[in-house]
Amino acid sequence: MKKFVLSLIIVTFAITSSVSARDYISIVGSSTVYPFATLVAEKMASEGMKAPVIESTGSGGGHKLFCAGVGVEHPDITNSSRAQKDKEFKLCQDGGVMDIVEVRVGNDGIAFAYSSDYEWKYTNGAAMKGGIDLSKEEIWQAMARDNKDAPSTWFEIDKRLPKVEISIMAPPPSSGTRDAFDSLVMKKGCVKDMLVADGDCKAYREDGHVIEGGENDELYVEHITKEQGAFGIFGYSFLANNEDKISASKINGVEISQEGIQDYSYPIARPLFFYIKKAHVGVIPGLMDYVNEFVSEEATEGYLLDAGLVELSPADRSKVLDDIANLTNYK
Amino acid sequence: MSNQYSHEKIIQLRKKRSAADRRFKTYGLIATLMGMAILFFLLFTIFSKGYSSFQKSVIELEVSYDQETLKITSDSTYEEQVKAKFFRVKKNAIAKALPDLSKKDIKLIKKMFSINVDKEIKEYFLNNPNILNTTQKIFVTAHSDVDQLLKGNARRNIEEKKRKLNDRQLEFFDEFVSSGRLKTKFNNFFFKNADSRHPELAGIAGSFVGSLFTLMTVFLLAFPIGIGASIYLEEFAPKNKFTELIEVNIANLAAVPSIVFGLLGLGILLNVFGFPRSTPLVGGTVLALMTLPTIIIACRASLKAVPPSIKEGALAMGASKMQAVFHHQVPLALPGTLTGTIIGLAQALGETAPLIMIGMIAFIPNIPTGFTEPSAALPVQIYLWVESSERGFQEKTAAAIMMILIFLFLMNALAVFLRSKFERKW
Repeated sequence: MKKFVLSLIIVTFAITSSVSARDYISIVGSSTVYPFATLVAEKMASEGMKAPVIESTGSGGGHKLFCAGVGVEHPDITNSSRAQKDKEFKLCQDGGVMDIVEVRVGNDGIAFAYSSDYEWKYTNGAAMKGGIDLSKEEIWQAMARDNKDAPSTWFEIDKRLPKVEISIMAPPPSSGTRDAFDSLVMKKGCVKDMLVADGDCKAYREDGHVIEGGENDELYVEHITKEQGAFGIFGYSFLANNEDKISASKINGVEISQEGIQDYSYPIARPLFFYIKKAHVGVIPGLMDYVNEFVSEEATEGYLLDAGLVELSPADRSKVLDDIANLTNYK
Repeated sequence: MSNQYSHEKIIQLRKKRSAADRRFKTYGLIATLMGMAILFFLLFTIFSKGYSSFQKSVIELEVSYDQETLKITSDSTYEEQVKAKFFRVKKNAIAKALPDLSKKDIKLIKKMFSINVDKEIKEYFLNNPNILNTTQKIFVTAHSDVDQLLKGNARRNIEEKKRKLNDRQLEFFDEFVSSGRLKTKFNNFFFKNADSRHPELAGIAGSFVGSLFTLMTVFLLAFPIGIGASIYLEEFAPKNKFTELIEVNIANLAAVPSIVFGLLGLGILLNVFGFPRSTPLVGGTVLALMTLPTIIIACRASLKAVPPSIKEGALAMGASKMQAVFHHQVPLALPGTLTGTIIGLAQALGETAPLIMIGMIAFIPNIPTGFTEPSAALPVQIYLWVESSERGFQEKTAAAIMMILIFLFLMNALAVFLRSKFERKW
């Protein structure tokens, strides 16, 4: 038995050391970028290259793994649904990851959506043409815990809105969508006069009008189809894939669309990124092939666009291509 | 006194007691029925959602394997054939999928086919190389949007811009259906492909093989160590405070939440020993740690169940303690040990949380071929698919759950079989 266990340990170590030279790209990070990154990976694999391994760890978890150090046991790229925070940049520097290239891959919008079967009506019974239109301030009033009014129907927020019970399903704190929604809607839409003393703009109501869902979008769809007039918060790619079931409300009079997200005329839009560890370029085979495939026109105007990744404006795009060609450190 | 225990009173008391008896039986029956109803409901929802995943939609195409287009001749070697221009053949075939298509129509109709079509056309040719310069009618895989519409999972009576297929594509769809060129057939991709971002191509083979490698690692590590530890603790270890402490802690360990083992794997196996991330080797090692207590407890229980007279008989005949244990006691305890191990493995098969910590929650489009290749596992695959926004992954999720249930059922059946076949009663 002793011999067996001993030989097992030796074998294990032998295996471990034999794979220390990694021949595939290791990618971690945001679950929002994951569906796009995997499409690129699959494209690479179909062209006979070694497929990158992509883990969905969330943006924060991704930066942590990415910044842990340089070497094959650490990932080469981290996806992020927001820009790297200063704190995380510092973490990278401390971990010895000095040179980082930032690649902005596209834009994403957040949809405030309801069931496609539901028809919004004014209080006088007339149908709202083109669905409901909400402002950020109105959404904030409906969702904020520290709003003095604590409205229970939309009508209480604004007289033009229907007497429909407020019911919103929001993503959990671990989600990148929640991060973006909080900073773009809850913070920007915060009405200071309505805030209770020492109130927190970003805190959600806890009286049942706002429900925290999980990471699974299907749950949100179920909620808004069961409870007519209820809202759910979705990423644009989910909306684009499920428009037969969910419809997005207009925000500040703007309908969600690819163009609107691209030029940020749609108010709840955010950029998506990935970060390259420069020290791994040339060490891990195929790393730059992956990056170039991700930003190629075939991808950004083809299969990534179809999957719901909104492409960059031409000016942003040429800067990104420049950065990649010169491997410019972003900081 | 005689009044207090009168005949009537006794009969009444007995009635009361038997009524309580009946009530309890009814409660028990209701509880059982409710449990069965919930289980049935669960299985029904999973099966009704998932069974359609075993079918895929295919569209008939007229493919002309023209040697000029392919740029090969009948003398071409296999290597040349593999590299032939099948994408051109595909392009031509799709352009002529329906009569009189405009350029715009061709673009639209192309989106109704899977991106894999040229590979299917190629495979068909490589299997029948003598069809060069002929035209063949082949059924090729349709795009998931078409598939979902045909299966009734996507709606068509809604505004055009909310549909995945536009009005013109629906016309094509109806034309294909009415001419019998669009139909469903057995979905071989689901069983032979690894994960894919295209629902019509995604399969469970990759995660299934990953799970197999992981379970093999678990078995190779946990079984010998578990048996060794339990034999030592049961038969050889001195009975003192220290071994008692170990025993209590083994029982405690069995109740530790699995995510803790994942953290251990991340902290020690990955960060200290530098095991490769996302591989069955790490996954299996972590799950082996998790399964060990289960195996040790089961193994010790079955060692205990062997009558002491057997061991004593051997000792009386002059066998050493080790001979008595290994020649007589262990073989008799083996069926119980194996059962415990299999149940432990089944538990490990369904475990997701520790695998997330060590990076097995990853997109792997290849089927893994070894213990140190990155791979996914079945429960993780379910998690990844349920997160995907494409409609086609919904039925895939349910189908993957069905597969894991079948796998578990088979493992448990094996455990029951081993027990009933080899168990000895004394």
